Amino acid sequence: MSGQLAAVLGTGQTKHVAKRDDVSIAGLVREAADRALEDAGLTYADIDAVVIGKAPDMFEGVMMPELYLAEALGAIGKPLIRVHTAGSVGGSTAIVATHLVQAGVHERVLTVAFEKQSESNAMWALSIKIPFSQPLVAGAGGYFAPIIRGYIRKADAPLDTGFQVVLKDRLNALKNPYAHLHQPDISMEQIIESPLLWDPIRYAETCPSSDGAAAMVIGSERAADASSRPVAWIHGTAVRSEPTMGAGRDRVNPHAGRDCAKAVYAEAGITDPFREIDCAEIYVPFSWFEPMWLENLGFAEEGTGWKMVHDGTTALDGDLPINMSGGVLSSNPIGASGMIRFLEVANQVRGTAGEHQVDGARKALGHAYGGGSQFFAMWVVGKDKPK
Amino acid sequence: MTAEPITGIVTPIRLDYTYTPGTSPSQFLRGMKEGRILGRRCPSCAKVYVPPRGGCPMCGVEFAEEVRVADTGTLVTFAVVNVNFANRVIDLPYVSGEVRFDGSDTTSMVLVQGIPVDQVRMGMRVKAHWLPRDEWDFTFANIDYVEPLDEPDADYESYKEFV
Repeated sequence: MSGQLAAVLGTGQTKHVAKRDDVSIAGLVREAADRALEDAGLTYADIDAVVIGKAPDMFEGVMMPELYLAEALGAIGKPLIRVHTAGSVGGSTAIVATHLVQAGVHERVLTVAFEKQSESNAMWALSIKIPFSQPLVAGAGGYFAPIIRGYIRKADAPLDTGFQVVLKDRLNALKNPYAHLHQPDISMEQIIESPLLWDPIRYAETCPSSDGAAAMVIGSERAADASSRPVAWIHGTAVRSEPTMGAGRDRVNPHAGRDCAKAVYAEAGITDPFREIDCAEIYVPFSWFEPMWLENLGFAEEGTGWKMVHDGTTALDGDLPINMSGGVLSSNPIGASGMIRFLEVANQVRGTAGEHQVDGARKALGHAYGGGSQFFAMWVVGKDKPK
Repeated sequence: MTAEPITGIVTPIRLDYTYTPGTSPSQFLRGMKEGRILGRRCPSCAKVYVPPRGGCPMCGVEFAEEVRVADTGTLVTFAVVNVNFANRVIDLPYVSGEVRFDGSDTTSMVLVQGIPVDQVRMGMRVKAHWLPRDEWDFTFANIDYVEPLDEPDADYESYKEFV
């Protein structure tokens, strides 16, 4: 089903910040790619192909940036492929790179994802005027707030659930030198008192707007066996999509997300995700998506995900740590955000996550979603070679 | 010695679109011009879509029957918006609601007015408030907003699947 074995040989990311005015987009992606190669103990000469991803071009106003990034990524004379699946793109880009290796086409593929949000206005790019709807959607928050209200009603969840998620993620971010938001003074009080932007979403419960890039080198079994560095074996990958508008579509617990999780667990040979997955990085741009995705991913029964937030299950020292790096709530270079999830869990099973390392992590899940919760990308990575 | 860093230049770009809606959406837009909300029913799952596309996104079959949908409906969920973005100017705070118009199986995002924001609730019954007739165009924006109907709230079970 998954073809030949593949593994993550190295990872790299930039320090995510609000504005990187010291580098161009090319400089930004180069920085992440250099770090991934260095981490893998390789050079550009070892790379057979480059797979790059980012969110909509309108987010920077640069059309088809991959054309001009070829040279910065050492892709001259090699295949260069651009992937786009909205916010999930960082994940699906890594998966396309993985498939090229699993298919036996290439030995080592460099995969890179980025967003340089400071160069344009994503909020504007997401609030276009079309004749079928009122011009009401005030950015992503305006779209997702009614869905979050739906979750709170359906699950009868305590209203402070979102605050707990933010507090956990922002404290985790303090252990991650690459995280955008470092708020050592973060407190529950500060979160509760932050402005209510899109009721029920408060300012503190939203992700920042970041400039950043992430990169990985994906290699074949032979390349991984030959590496002197720790590797993360790829046990399963899955991508699913569904229409934005569909009668009977469950936007709180999307079908495509459930299907995607089922597929990735099946490929990885996982039957009880809560017991078998040691930690996960999941795409949570607004606090409430943590409990929502815990249910969608099969870690919790429908309507009970919020309990795992309150009882500390998802804390760094809990039974199922979630977003050890601080997550999207602490860094959001949109196109790169999915890849950062994938890369962070690879580092966890490699044992190279640093201060936010989960002790003894052997199997971990990376998750990304995009659009109106209609694109999903997931992978399971492990310390051990798949059987 | 050190020159000021060049951090950006402004190069305005203008995009004019010629939009081709296709058969079903064209009919919907013509309906809006006449003050009617027109949907289409899927011959396979029998769900009514507003606005309709060429076919059912869930079943993948072409729509056939045209269905006129009421301009009354149920507010199934909503956000209270406290921030204006870009050049959008609506008095803050405003309620952006997901409304299921009676007879439709999809929801539309509509502005909710005529009630203090802190009294807006899920399940509230609403009615479309149209712009003056001479301002109607080929757009959903002919419905300026929805306002509360003097009716009891809908039972949660009756609209749960649209949340």
